[in-house]
Amino acid sequence: MQRLRALYAWFDQRLGLGSFFAETAGHLVPESSGSWFYVFGSATLLCFVIQVLTGICLSLVYVPSAAEAYTSLEYLNYEVPLGWYLRAVHYWGSNFMVALLSVHMAQVFLFGAYKYPRELTWISGCLLFLLTLGMAFTGQILRWDQDAYWGVGIGMSIAGRTPFLGEPLVHAVLGGPIIGAATLSRFFALHVFVLVGLIIAVITLHLRLVLRSGISEYPDPDQPVDRATYHARYEDLIRRTGVPFFPNAIAKDLVFGALVILAILGAAAVFGPNGPNGPPDPTLIHTSPRPDFYFLPLFAVFALLPPYTETVLMLVGPVIGIALLFAVPFLDRSGQRNPLRRPVACLAVILVFLVLGSLAYLGETSPWSPEMDAWNGLPLPESAVAGRSPLQLVGAAVFQNKQCRNCHALGGTGGARGPSLDDVAARLSGDQLIRQVLRGGGNMPAYAKQLTPPEVTALVAWMETLHPAYEPPTHEKTWRRKKP
Amino acid sequence: MEHDPTTGNWAGETKPVTRRGLLLRAGVALSAIGGALLALPVVGYVAGVLLRRKPYQAWVSLGPVADYAERQTRLATYRNPFTTPLDGAAADVPCWVRRIEGEKFQVFAINCSHLGCPVRWFPESGLFMCPCHGGVYYEDGSRASGPPPRGLFEYAYRIENGELLVKGGELPTLSNPV
Repeated sequence: MQRLRALYAWFDQRLGLGSFFAETAGHLVPESSGSWFYVFGSATLLCFVIQVLTGICLSLVYVPSAAEAYTSLEYLNYEVPLGWYLRAVHYWGSNFMVALLSVHMAQVFLFGAYKYPRELTWISGCLLFLLTLGMAFTGQILRWDQDAYWGVGIGMSIAGRTPFLGEPLVHAVLGGPIIGAATLSRFFALHVFVLVGLIIAVITLHLRLVLRSGISEYPDPDQPVDRATYHARYEDLIRRTGVPFFPNAIAKDLVFGALVILAILGAAAVFGPNGPNGPPDPTLIHTSPRPDFYFLPLFAVFALLPPYTETVLMLVGPVIGIALLFAVPFLDRSGQRNPLRRPVACLAVILVFLVLGSLAYLGETSPWSPEMDAWNGLPLPESAVAGRSPLQLVGAAVFQNKQCRNCHALGGTGGARGPSLDDVAARLSGDQLIRQVLRGGGNMPAYAKQLTPPEVTALVAWMETLHPAYEPPTHEKTWRRKKP
Repeated sequence: MEHDPTTGNWAGETKPVTRRGLLLRAGVALSAIGGALLALPVVGYVAGVLLRRKPYQAWVSLGPVADYAERQTRLATYRNPFTTPLDGAAADVPCWVRRIEGEKFQVFAINCSHLGCPVRWFPESGLFMCPCHGGVYYEDGSRASGPPPRGLFEYAYRIENGELLVKGGELPTLSNPV
């Protein structure tokens, strides 16, 4: 014991361990900040550590070459002992990291912890958020499958819309004229060196700021932030109720952190790794590229924006969004911090999560995309063919053969790009149907060149029978109205 | 009185250049030069692709004209002429070839003009459909519906010794349509 103490004293004298501990893990925090609401930041940091550990392991096998990356991932999945599991942990770790970081941001926002004097803590946190999304995007590209290949294509199509700089920007990112070896190597360097280095640097700054300004106290509705008195009040609070972060306040972080580890390991074991989804061969065109969940809202926005606003919103929108995020502590500098007294902040968070959630759902289901196999893969519902005349049945066949089903659902199946045709006869008369089929309009292509007159006659004859039992076809309605 | 830390002088006072001050200034200047010299090759290396003057364009063969039936559209692929041995399958570029009649062709890039996803050809309805955001094009490549801001990107083509050649080499984008 005596010996150990002497050994510690020897190191302490040289390294200053005692004072280092007192200034960091042992620093005093307000007792009220030992709350379950304050565990998300440390959990995000934990995810980052897991990502670094598993990332290093994956890099032992992964080959960042366009020709071999896909094979090396399959090798990891099927040959390397536990390779599939480490890929799964890395994938689920990234999902959890993005999710927990978002929750951490929402909590800090709701608790007004970005207000004076913690503006820079918020800004460095926003930087970490952007860097994490950068890691998520580059990581997705390293999966070097079909989604990755076309995902780069989507990114470059956006970059290519930049006025004047479009072409050089695309070439700089791709490292050449096409998506190829240079592209993958660039994303690899970003993912494992550049972005990781930046994240470590900004985390250091973020923690330094947390130590310097102190962890924000649990927001007391009767104690709004006043720049003149905040420091004195906070110091007084620390003097009266301050407890060392370790061991007093860290307990909840440890419990939550352990749960996060278990959740990541569990999700990885149950759901396994993601992909690789199809070899990165652009000639295999029967693919429907989709990004990982964090970019689904963006993917959905690109389908839903009015086309004439698109280029501007794609290029300017993110800049405005990011600028707003950074500006939060300057738009709302002081005053009330308690979420229950800040309805606008609460509504803003609910709105943002609802919008992102709905967009992600839409991105996943993509109702705007034609369902490519509906025309030859789906049967016609019985109600659409029962009791029809031969001419009408020919029309039903035309409907299937001309891929109408890819965009128009019938009996609940088929594409959702155009309206469902279950009740089309109740909406449009025969003449209107002919006009719509031949000339298109309202986002429908014109089919005049693709259909012979007899086909149109048959198709329309069949469509005129499509109406619910309780609603007669339009022409009957008109006819009835006209009758005195 | 104001102090100027770079010269070590107080305002209004002119001190002779000291050895320490000179050494500091020389040190800063030399480091700046060294840093710039180091940055030059590094930036040139990373941005080298931007310094290239010649466009990434070359004529590539899509095979004999006879391979393409008249009044039909089919998929063709070519190996990108600027490929490196490390590219793997990523340098195999697909495109849609429409032979209108005789020597009249249209060769479309596979990439949707909206965000670059691969469009598919449906001969029955004579439409190209995109799986990403629902862009649709007619058989002549013009926009039929959906978000695309223009028709499909079209390659320049020519016929030489019975072979169909297209001018390709780059990923088509709105600022650089093939």
